[in-house]
Amino acid sequence: MKRVNKLLSVLAAGVLFAGALAGCGGSKEAKGDVIKIGGCLEMTGGSASFGISSKNGIELALKNVNQKGVLGGKKVELVVADNKSEASEALNAMQKLISQDKVVAVIGPNLSSAAIASSAINNAGKVAAITPMGTNPDVTVNPENGKTREYNFRACFIDPFQGTVMANFAAKEMGFKRAAIMIDNTSDYSKGLATFFKENFLKNGCEVVAEEAYLQKDTDFKSTLTKIKSSNPDFIYVPGYYQEVGLIIKQAREIGLDIAVAGGDGWDSAKLPEIAGKEALNGTFFCNLYSPDDTSDLNKNFVAEYQKMFNTKPDVFAALAHDSTMAIVKGIEDAQSADPAKVAAAMAKIKDLQGVSGAITFDDKHNPIKSAVIIEHVDGKQTFKTKINP
Amino acid sequence: MNQVRKFDLTLFAACVAAFAALQGAIFTGIIGPFWELNIILICINIILAVSLNLINGYTGQFSIGHAGFMAVGAYTSAVITVKLGLPYELGLVVATIAAGFLGFLIGLPTLRLNGDYLAIATLGLGEIIRICILNIDYVGGASGLMGIPRLTTFAYVFWIMIAVIFFIKNFKNSAPGRCCLAIRENEIAADTMGINTTKYKVLAFTLGASFAGTAGALFSHYFFLAHPASFTFMRSFDILTMVVLGGLGSMTGSITGAILLTFISAFLSDFPEWRMIIYSVTMIILMLYRPQGLFGNKELSLKMFGLGGKENG
Repeated sequence: MKRVNKLLSVLAAGVLFAGALAGCGGSKEAKGDVIKIGGCLEMTGGSASFGISSKNGIELALKNVNQKGVLGGKKVELVVADNKSEASEALNAMQKLISQDKVVAVIGPNLSSAAIASSAINNAGKVAAITPMGTNPDVTVNPENGKTREYNFRACFIDPFQGTVMANFAAKEMGFKRAAIMIDNTSDYSKGLATFFKENFLKNGCEVVAEEAYLQKDTDFKSTLTKIKSSNPDFIYVPGYYQEVGLIIKQAREIGLDIAVAGGDGWDSAKLPEIAGKEALNGTFFCNLYSPDDTSDLNKNFVAEYQKMFNTKPDVFAALAHDSTMAIVKGIEDAQSADPAKVAAAMAKIKDLQGVSGAITFDDKHNPIKSAVIIEHVDGKQTFKTKINP
Repeated sequence: MNQVRKFDLTLFAACVAAFAALQGAIFTGIIGPFWELNIILICINIILAVSLNLINGYTGQFSIGHAGFMAVGAYTSAVITVKLGLPYELGLVVATIAAGFLGFLIGLPTLRLNGDYLAIATLGLGEIIRICILNIDYVGGASGLMGIPRLTTFAYVFWIMIAVIFFIKNFKNSAPGRCCLAIRENEIAADTMGINTTKYKVLAFTLGASFAGTAGALFSHYFFLAHPASFTFMRSFDILTMVVLGGLGSMTGSITGAILLTFISAFLSDFPEWRMIIYSVTMIILMLYRPQGLFGNKELSLKMFGLGGKENG
């Protein structure tokens, strides 16, 4: 009996191994009427919610595309490979999509680190990869030689752009003249936003009356805020994360500093009203990539269909993955071919592609020149205020 | 020429043949880039599994901080090649030594613990290493160390793997190796017989840690980056699973475990929703029906198939 058990386990191991070897052989030949695109997404692991939302967004986009098909009625099909929210697995998944599934282009990964790691693979394979939410500038530009990575694109704007948007919005739309800036000194993101905000705010003929720094995990901002109050600004720019931002807003209201407060997408959290208090948040607004309340027809349809299909409101990952899919489809149509290299070349030339998160035009660094949305807090609820075109 | 040496030579010849076959298949494109990547990953996982088996299987100490030592190797070698511009071979050696040295330093106090306590200490240790790296700006902090050249080739990985396997196989049969086995069987009895238990435990721990460092160096120079998220305790558990699946104390078991789990993981990337379930169900079934792992603490040999031949190793 013992011997039988032993033999069985050896046999089982053998069968699995043989199966694996069989898998090594012939790659599946693409059928004539189907074009495959890959999704190198975070389906499991720490950032699984990013990948699942993205997959939903892509599926919705493809459902609409496949109603009439591309290149004369061909269907576009999504092949998902799980990158487990981790860089080396992303590289593995990317390699699989490109060499086993022979996809035309890849959507993902969302995590900047994963996107940078796998960029080596898709550039070697000459297949375009478009990241919905990888905001690190290095995703599309190789920091070693400053050259654009030929086959990497993104659907989101890079961090510094938000600073520019907010500066123009504050100066032109809101008519503010005197800004105070509070920078999170431990974050490159915060420093980047502040630099670009200041540069562009000054360009508009306004002035920055105070510049203060804080550290992540700080909890008492009252002395800083009192100092800011004495310099008499008409609004404060705080490009930080919601944890500290919430406390800053709360304490500002406590010392009677009732002016407007603005920031970037680090504010985008349901926790913010809990930390700051609904009352205190009135008169604060931030810049984001996407709002489901955007009033364009395209977005209204998207939100309605998304809610019907998945029973929940789309988030920013779903919207940007949807737009990434549209960019690839447009690339295929413009190239009139399903050849990955030709599709990538066509994608680089995309101009004014209408997506649910705004129009996309790729610049020479493969970053989209696109609109941003300003979201205002009204009684603790995020409300769509306006869309800013670059 | 004695039996053992003859057997070793036969094995070595088999390795050369296997290498020639695989390298040829990669060269001619029969094995595409995706499977090449997974074969290299298998080799790296084998190094990790057999080195953990040295600590957990042979010496009977329950360590689950292997990812931490792998991280040390990955980052040390990357600093040497990327930041200092020195050759990769030097990076491999220094990574091995650095991880081993750290293993030695940490092994001295923690190996006085045993059982669950040692497991918790090593788990904490792996996390401490990762959190430290996360806060060192010189190596990129939370965004990881990018731009590492791909210097790991199949030849490197394969021969380093073979070297590690042979080293550990021979270590087990040496006097210190026998001391380690004695400690596993009964620490008090071993102590009574005059074996310096702390010394041999630390020795096994240091060796295991240093090979994990080598694996880390190979890993970071194949995947272009060293990122703290690659070395979480989940990776430690993955390695531990390979060892337990194959059978604690069985080298061929660890190798089989590493091969099986890497393949399963590669196959299931098509079904992300099912991956975790299938993976877990496999584990549960195996533990129910074969709690000692696929091979128990036996080695895979011709004898197992009832074909005769002398048991070795």
